[in-house]
Amino acid sequence: MTTTSTTAPAGQDDDLVVPRRRPLRWIGIVVAALVLINIAYSFITNPNYGWETVGKYLFDPRIISGLGTTLILTVVGMAIATAIGLLLAVMALSDTRSLRAIASAYVWFFRGTPVLVQLILWFNLAILIPAISIGIPFGPTLWSADTNSLITPWTAAILGLSLNEAAYLCEIIRSGIMSVDRGQTEAAHALGMSRTLTFRRIVLPQALRVIVPPAANEAMGLLKYSSVVSVIALPELLYSGQLIYARTYETIPVLIVVCIWYLVVVSILTWLQGRLERRLGVGFRTTATITDTGRWRRWLSPNH
Amino acid sequence: MAIAEPLVKLTGIRKRFGRNEVLHGVDLEVDRGEVLCLIGASGSGKSTLLRCINHLESPDAGRVIVGGEHIGYHERHGRRHEMPERLVRAQRAGIGMVFQHFNLFPHLTVLQNITEAPQRVLGMNASEANATAHDLLSRVGLADKASAFPKSLSGGQQQRVAIARGLAMRPQLMLFDEPTSALDPELVGEVLDVMRGLAADGMTMIVVTHEMGFAREVANQVAFMHQGRIVEQGPPSQVLGSPTHERTRGFLSKVL
Repeated sequence: MTTTSTTAPAGQDDDLVVPRRRPLRWIGIVVAALVLINIAYSFITNPNYGWETVGKYLFDPRIISGLGTTLILTVVGMAIATAIGLLLAVMALSDTRSLRAIASAYVWFFRGTPVLVQLILWFNLAILIPAISIGIPFGPTLWSADTNSLITPWTAAILGLSLNEAAYLCEIIRSGIMSVDRGQTEAAHALGMSRTLTFRRIVLPQALRVIVPPAANEAMGLLKYSSVVSVIALPELLYSGQLIYARTYETIPVLIVVCIWYLVVVSILTWLQGRLERRLGVGFRTTATITDTGRWRRWLSPNH
Repeated sequence: MAIAEPLVKLTGIRKRFGRNEVLHGVDLEVDRGEVLCLIGASGSGKSTLLRCINHLESPDAGRVIVGGEHIGYHERHGRRHEMPERLVRAQRAGIGMVFQHFNLFPHLTVLQNITEAPQRVLGMNASEANATAHDLLSRVGLADKASAFPKSLSGGQQQRVAIARGLAMRPQLMLFDEPTSALDPELVGEVLDVMRGLAADGMTMIVVTHEMGFAREVANQVAFMHQGRIVEQGPPSQVLGSPTHERTRGFLSKVL
């Protein structure tokens, strides 16, 4: 029992490899820190930022109301766009050629024209189609209304943003569905599962893992480009700010206020994205998320 | 006493992919409780034939009859009409299938992989489905892995879960499509052991395989396929021991 002795702890320590020195890293960290300190110093001391004015407008009712409009446009726009995008993606992956053609024509048109133009077109829909009616084509009309009374700045904005966004989401959802191995569908079918059950329980949960990161990108993009609705006089966050500084000439402070709110919302979205990704990543070994802040201390250590 | 009908009866199965006909009229019968091993070179049509049995591939001609039922088609006025998907699904539910690459659902736990179809296809309640799943997991020797995710299991363990998943539907027939071909050599044995146990319990099995030892030991029948046809069929001692067809001899001299 005593023939082989295990290595003594002291000997083990001597055996450990000493990591290579990395002096350039230290220089890089010092330079980056200096630049950051310089920027921070300028932020604090440069009076042109107008921090008091920023404070004055941060919770201004007009800004908050604009923020509310932006949030509604983003949430409702994204919800409608997801529904249409999912439908288009399923059509694009269908075996039926005509359905694929419709989906690709939709994507071609809405990706191919500026969202600004689409918004103006929707807002001026009455010029093209004076009245909208629901009924049997070439048959009796069940319901009818004047286009001008239906197309308010709100409906035009929601229509324009969501129909445009749907085209991008269609492509994202399509790529997500295609990323799921065919064997998954075959295994589900072999177990007697229906096509809808297979899609809902087997394919979609796995596709979402691929869909969520770029879809979150789209949500953040929509949050900011929803500001184009100012062309149809809907005061969202940026336009509300512009209305203020057009009168007071406090351009920079008010824009800083606007940016602070965009950053707050994007931070919340990023956090939500991270949570969602972790939930969907269950069962898959590697899931890196961009909100992995648990080890922020290690970033400061040069030899991590 | 009447002679029992075979459980599986294939007649004149033809299948083409584009211009390439991969099955040129295959006939095959498997009795209840029998194990049939399909052997042959890759591209000989073994897997396609297997997939025709549960209608994952729809044959262009010929009949697939399992348990007296035509799979995938109604016979009406002497013509065959493709069935509505709903009916094909019900037929598939009674035929278990095990794939070369396991095809477990990675986002579900081992237990959920097994209970998903019994609950949602057969309408089994959760406690019954769970009890069945636990029974099957101990039968394949994985009682302790119920809450694990497939990615954390070895290939052999994943394939055993896949077998349990198929058995959970209480099938009358199990199809195996090269169940050990994607496994490391040291993991092949544990999967074959489970299959041996199944055969001993009287499960009817059709196994596409390259494991000649398994075929020799477990199969009641071995069918050798070459270029979309079954060229030789019989008990393993005959097909593997003293093959009469030149193609069979050529194939066996390469794999044995």
